[in-house]
Amino acid sequence: MITKTDKYDVIVVGAGPAGSIAAKTAAARGCNVLMVEKRQEIGDPVRCAEGVAKPQLKEHIQPDERWIAAEVKGSRIYAPDGTCVELSEDVSGAEVGYTIERKLFDRALAREAALAGAEIHVKTRATGVILEGGYVKGITATHLGEKFEVRANIVIGADGVESKVGRWAGIDTTLQPADLETGAQFLMADIDVNPDYCEFHLGNTIAPSGYLWVFPKGNRSANVGLAISGEVCGQGKRPIDMLRDFIEERYPNGKIIEIVVGGVPASGPLEEMVTDGLMLVGDAAHQSDPLTGGGIVNAMDAGKLAGEVATQAISEGNVSKARLKEYETTWKSRHGKRLKRSLSVKNHFVPMTDSELNKIVHSVDGVDLSKMSLFEMLGTLIRKNPKMLFSLRKLFI
Amino acid sequence: MINVNRYRCGYCGACVSVCPTCAIELVETWIEVTDDCTECGACVSVCPIGAIEVPQ
Repeated sequence: MITKTDKYDVIVVGAGPAGSIAAKTAAARGCNVLMVEKRQEIGDPVRCAEGVAKPQLKEHIQPDERWIAAEVKGSRIYAPDGTCVELSEDVSGAEVGYTIERKLFDRALAREAALAGAEIHVKTRATGVILEGGYVKGITATHLGEKFEVRANIVIGADGVESKVGRWAGIDTTLQPADLETGAQFLMADIDVNPDYCEFHLGNTIAPSGYLWVFPKGNRSANVGLAISGEVCGQGKRPIDMLRDFIEERYPNGKIIEIVVGGVPASGPLEEMVTDGLMLVGDAAHQSDPLTGGGIVNAMDAGKLAGEVATQAISEGNVSKARLKEYETTWKSRHGKRLKRSLSVKNHFVPMTDSELNKIVHSVDGVDLSKMSLFEMLGTLIRKNPKMLFSLRKLFI
Repeated sequence: MINVNRYRCGYCGACVSVCPTCAIELVETWIEVTDDCTECGACVSVCPIGAIEVPQ
């Protein structure tokens, strides 16, 4: 047998941030936990721009210099014509963000799950769920080509954007191409990059229906990437080609030391994240922000809640959908409204022409946005551009 | 059935997420496709690196 036993309280599929936090939480509360990861190396390959907000991150883990690549104090947003506005500069000690090393970060989280008592197997891929009387009762899996079955009271699907656990159990997690942001990123070395600011570049040439980012990673290096709507992607150039165009112009002498590609759910969260005996967390539940693509802290929060609810539900002997719903309801009460707002803003900005985007950025040229949050800034933009942004008014003012 | 150029593929799984028939699997560093593929092209349109094509 590959696993220590053939029956667990909780099986977690996928060892990203959502999965590891779920495993850690349930194990620390006394559950017998198995976490499986299909890759042979947790954290690799990276499929992430690696930006994360400090305060929310600190709710889950103590920042550790081993996986913090850089600390920034603000953002600069560039209009298609190059006009720039600056956001949230750290003047008064307010925190903005870290660029992290996901390879090390994900491993640190998995190690915490291990220390809490979870059993972990890598190069172990779930291939199906065991369904009995409508309940998910475990998984079928394969390790080094050997098939096996393992049972549990609750399965937590943390299997990422390519999630199948939900689909196997009857939750349709298939994304429409328009609801996926598809992107490419280069980790670039030896480039002139301002280490204090994350850059966001808008425009229909640079990144149609999306944006291009430059996230500093220290020592003249940065994650330079872009993501566009999956719908637009099929009609013209691929993200990787658009990125090469930008690099040629902006960093002709930079060196590419890593290529990253990936898709991010930009649909807003799933209506239903649970069914009998099953919970979905992180990208598997489409919990990433539809506007920014950020998903790490939303996923960690989901992992924690799912681990807590799983433990309680198991001790009560009731793992029905109705019981597990508590996780979904609590997560949505914390994040649902904000993500809904992000989706509205995204849907509003995506069809804009470059000249409209330029006008909007010009309207706040000279306004001090440096201490505002993203949403305070959007509120200001709406006040300055009442006609163009009319339909967003009720969200912010 | 779709063709995946495994030399070009960055094994990110974007294609898996949009497949309406669940025909694609990202194993570790490669993509496997089953007979359930209907050649609908959703995966082709989202691939960030242009590694998938529907045969003509």
